Amino acid sequence: MTDGAVNAARRGWLRDLRRLAVFTGKRLLALLVTVLIGVYLTIVIANMGGQVDDLRLAQIETTAAEAVRADPAFHDLPSAERTELVEQQVALEVERLRLDEPFIWRSFDYLYQAMILDLGRAEEMHSDAGSRQVFNIIAERLPATLLLFGTANLLVFFVAVFAALGLSRRYGSALDQSVIGLAPSSAAPGWFYGIFLILLLAFIWPLFPAGGMVSVPPPEDGWAYASSVLRHMALPVLAMFISQIFISIYSWRTFFLIHSSEDYVEMARAKGLPDRLIEQRYILRPTLSPIVTSFLLMLIGLWSGAIILEQVFNWPGLGTLLFEAIGHRDTPVIIGSVVIFAYLLAITVFVLDFLYAILDPRVRIEGGRS
Amino acid sequence: MSPWSEGLRRLRRYPSAVAGMLIILALLGTAIYAVTAIPYSEAQKLWRGGEVWQDLPVNAAPVWTDRLFGGNAPRTVKAGSEAAEREFAAFDGGRIEEQTLRFDFPYDDFPGEINLFLQAEFEQRPPFVRMSWHRPDGSEVALGSRRVSAEERVSISQDQGLEGRLGHAPQVGLFSDADVEDPEPRVLPGTYELVLETVHFEPEGRMDAELVAYGQVHGLFGTDHQRRDLSVALLWGTPVALAFGLIAAVGTTITTLIIAAAGVWYGGWVDAAIQRLTEVNIILPLLPILVMVGTLYSTSIWLMLGVVVALGIFSAGIKMYRAMLLPIRQAPYIEAARAYGAGSPRIVLRYMVPRILPVLIPTFVTLIPTYVFLEASLAVLGLGDPVLPTWGKVLHDAQAQSALYHGFYYWVVSPAALLMLTGLGFAMLGFALDRVFNPRLRNL
Repeated sequence: MTDGAVNAARRGWLRDLRRLAVFTGKRLLALLVTVLIGVYLTIVIANMGGQVDDLRLAQIETTAAEAVRADPAFHDLPSAERTELVEQQVALEVERLRLDEPFIWRSFDYLYQAMILDLGRAEEMHSDAGSRQVFNIIAERLPATLLLFGTANLLVFFVAVFAALGLSRRYGSALDQSVIGLAPSSAAPGWFYGIFLILLLAFIWPLFPAGGMVSVPPPEDGWAYASSVLRHMALPVLAMFISQIFISIYSWRTFFLIHSSEDYVEMARAKGLPDRLIEQRYILRPTLSPIVTSFLLMLIGLWSGAIILEQVFNWPGLGTLLFEAIGHRDTPVIIGSVVIFAYLLAITVFVLDFLYAILDPRVRIEGGRS
Repeated sequence: MSPWSEGLRRLRRYPSAVAGMLIILALLGTAIYAVTAIPYSEAQKLWRGGEVWQDLPVNAAPVWTDRLFGGNAPRTVKAGSEAAEREFAAFDGGRIEEQTLRFDFPYDDFPGEINLFLQAEFEQRPPFVRMSWHRPDGSEVALGSRRVSAEERVSISQDQGLEGRLGHAPQVGLFSDADVEDPEPRVLPGTYELVLETVHFEPEGRMDAELVAYGQVHGLFGTDHQRRDLSVALLWGTPVALAFGLIAAVGTTITTLIIAAAGVWYGGWVDAAIQRLTEVNIILPLLPILVMVGTLYSTSIWLMLGVVVALGIFSAGIKMYRAMLLPIRQAPYIEAARAYGAGSPRIVLRYMVPRILPVLIPTFVTLIPTYVFLEASLAVLGLGDPVLPTWGKVLHDAQAQSALYHGFYYWVVSPAALLMLTGLGFAMLGFALDRVFNPRLRNL
């Protein structure tokens, strides 16, 4: 290879890299704005457009009045002075929470804090470790959600893609037909199958625990702990797997079939290339970017599906947390969870864009001008 | 032949589509029946519970599940004064009445509980009643005596003294010939009698009685923890589920399509704004927001529907429709429409939208069950409509009462089966429609 060719190749790489950076930067900016708007909407809805403040004010008034009435030190005071004392306390508290300012100003303040993930203190709830910081409460629950949904999604994805490849090779067979026939079963969400699995495998034949993440009390030994978590994971993962797998196989199979009837694949077959090579180079390679897209879109869809499945299986993740927070009307925790959800979604979308840019040469060459 | 009837003809070749359509028709029939048989306000009143259901047992299984496994669990048996023998004997300043409530009990198991409802009519002095129980073998148990107020409910099965005398719970002891030591009492089938001797202290005094021996099975679908007949909720859940699914699916797909078409047609900043809004909307998590709205504002099913539709307008579908509509914008027939002077709204609504409507139909049909399940999901989380009975609310009650743990499987299985049936019906039809309307899939 001559020096010129090496230089040209390097220039090409640099050009690609520069365009990729421009593209990434643009997308990052756009997503930031998107998250900003999304989080702001959440804050407005969660504060009921300012109505929550009235509730909070009423609560402050009762608490202050109670505190003054209960304190024996103030018992001898005349009632006028006592009322004044209550009013003073209320005013202090209102100033501390800045409830005297219009909601619209505070909402921007909340927005800024939410964006830098300073999620504030919870009003009622606390983490298992005892922290009142919303960020700590959420951070404690996040791994549980990631563990459960990561496992289930990866399992569904890989099983579906490989099963679909196999089926597209034998299309029309009895197995193929039965998978098509089973595809409508995915109309029901995971929690729905979860209820049946709990009924069958936890109550009728008690093979697995009905809910929770580890047995009580948690085993001391690391291995025992892991195996306990695995046993508890089995049913929720199975529920998600059942609800997703057939539709995934079906759509991948259709997708591969459409792509394996392209002319260039026919030509490769005519050349007598082995099946494995055709699959890897002629079918999988050009379809990689749609495959990745749908994988990440599936992730997006499943983040919010988490709430009910976690609720049904009593899994201590983000979904259960959000539900508890709503039960307690703990606005900071609700906003915090929705912000985290929005961030997770945005990150997913960003990774999607980025992978697209790497996998799809058209995006690389146009440098995000699309 | 129009493309629609052509599509329908082709659809008949798919057995799954025919099965799906049959299921949907059956559900529609049930929905219409439910709405006509039990009016909206009546359904709400029934589901609020209370005295309407006082004659039904608590948590009774459906009759057919018991009979299917060869059981002969008791149904609810009632004996009222209307059919009873009444004898009066007058005395100075009043009369004595003896009525015998008689009923057959041919079952293999004991009733769940026994209540006696008494209704007395008097001016000043309430009547006094002495109750005695006659078993088919002729033995007799005294159930005590009491003064009867205008309306009274005597919970015989919760009579502690009686339980002590019989050595078993009253509903067991009264229906068997077992003595105190017998560990495993057996049911004594036959004709039982409850004799009520009433002393009325007024010549016109009257007392009506109704004895209810609550069964362990009831009707087609059983009852819940508040004695409510589940068939009301399951029946009325059908129109609610269908309406919710249909309106949400129509609302979101049609608006999305129109907005996508408008964006493509007008282009420029309109298109850009729509694109950005869609991106924001994709990042908004639907379910958490619905849960938030449900807890903070109201859980009315119509508000939820509104939020679902509002959040669904700028959904990811816009991107897909946009890609389909972009080439159509340049089509010659649109050019022709412009040439004869069609305005922009007319072109969007009459020329662009109808063009991709057929592609939309399968998506639309498969979307319906998604929303049906969404409503159920919200109800399972405890955010169901406060007054309307829905399948999801039945599931929620069952979950809250640990139905599976207590073995009330019917309580979970029947609403779940109905949900599944709805999901399957629409999904099967949708999948077949997809193959009919998307030519690329037709041969696969």
